[in-house]
Amino acid sequence: MIRVVLPAHLRILARVAGEVQLDVAGQATQRSVLDALEARYPMLRGTIRDQVTGQRRPFVRFFACEQDLSHEPPDAPLPAAVASGAEPFLIVGAIAGGAR
Amino acid sequence: MSEVRVLVGTRKGAFVLTSDGKREHWDVSGPHFGGWEMYHLKGSPADPNRLYASQSTGWFGQLIQRSNDGGKTWEPVGNKFVYDGVPGTHQWYDGTPHPWEFKRVWHLEPSLTDPDTVYAGVEDAALFRSTDAGQTWQELAGLRGHGSGPHWQPGAGGLCLHTIILDPADPQRIYIAISAAGAFRTDDAGQTWRPINRGLYSKYIPEPTAEVGHCVHHVAMHPARPGVLFMQKHWDVMRSDDAGDSWQKISGNLPVDFGFVIDVHAHEPDTVYVVPIKSDSEHYPPEGKLRVYRSRTGGNEWEALTQGLPQSDCYVNVLRDAMAVDSLDACGVYFGTTGGQVYASADAGDHWAPIVRDLPAVLSVEVQTLS
Repeated sequence: MIRVVLPAHLRILARVAGEVQLDVAGQATQRSVLDALEARYPMLRGTIRDQVTGQRRPFVRFFACEQDLSHEPPDAPLPAAVASGAEPFLIVGAIAGGAR
Repeated sequence: MSEVRVLVGTRKGAFVLTSDGKREHWDVSGPHFGGWEMYHLKGSPADPNRLYASQSTGWFGQLIQRSNDGGKTWEPVGNKFVYDGVPGTHQWYDGTPHPWEFKRVWHLEPSLTDPDTVYAGVEDAALFRSTDAGQTWQELAGLRGHGSGPHWQPGAGGLCLHTIILDPADPQRIYIAISAAGAFRTDDAGQTWRPINRGLYSKYIPEPTAEVGHCVHHVAMHPARPGVLFMQKHWDVMRSDDAGDSWQKISGNLPVDFGFVIDVHAHEPDTVYVVPIKSDSEHYPPEGKLRVYRSRTGGNEWEALTQGLPQSDCYVNVLRDAMAVDSLDACGVYFGTTGGQVYASADAGDHWAPIVRDLPAVLSVEVQTLS
């Protein structure tokens, strides 16, 4: 079971409160976690990563275990503490995103 | 008893303003989608409870929201806007080629007859259509395929398709406008397009009378006279009497003919409204006076409408999609400002009063007249 923390705007969009808990088949990676997240909450498609290229949106960051995982390959294994559910996978709106 | 519903898109959410036909007392609902940029909301003429809304942020991209109950509740629908084929390039600000990239939806135009069909004008400029109530979107690629796309360039707001006008007399005919490419028309429901910019003169492009490259800010049409178009260009207010085949300047006695909005009275096809803005680098009213100008002669002769509008120290802008009219008798006129005011006139512009004063910057205003 993977724990995912969404930014406030996406929690409202997905109509969830607090953390999201996901069962991820196979290895826990950014891609597999996001695939599971978007399967459960289709309204999040396109808000975290591009629907065609799969690229992380420029003003979205991925943090976990006090590390910035934003630039890790999407198929790299997530930290063991995330895979075990001990630590959440944080999806964060970049601090520069609210320019207007 | 008639009712008026005003749909307001702002930099930080959407607001729905409602009143009875007297238009004296208003209920304000919102913010809906607080914190998101709401570029445009519009209701279906065929089903006024069906609304579409464009929701976006720099963080999380573009969403489309749909309401089936007049804006009380909303649900996100499809947000996958994929250009048809290889998108190619347009001009960047410096004239170099730049690849087409989807950024946002500027304008949503529901079909006049089918609540499930809606058009979307997007940045980078293209026209999309959904026939399943916004679930899926397909590009009408003949527009970008017209061949002039490599010469289109972004205006200050981006390379945006911001105006979509459906001809009520001819379902095959659609007008669109792009900043800064110009106006285009299809006569075969979007298969093929041609630029309709003859008569426009723009000093900021190498060939001022070129077929494309003009920064058209907005176009308006009266539904009873669909061959007549009114245009607010970057500079110049223009009119066409032949469905855009040719244009004549109608700026006449306006104090300045730069501006963004233009609209037409609901019952008088020759009564036109604009809001002059000082210049392309000073996006506020001349002399700090917020004045709507009205022509009752289809252009050239304009009168300033000032009653109830600030006539000193006013430095707001009125953006291109931020004016609309209702169809009551007398015609109501509405506009929103970047200062967060939405002004309404229940007497065709003679007198104005703010419905709200302190919203986030207003991006768009649309009006539904409900019976």
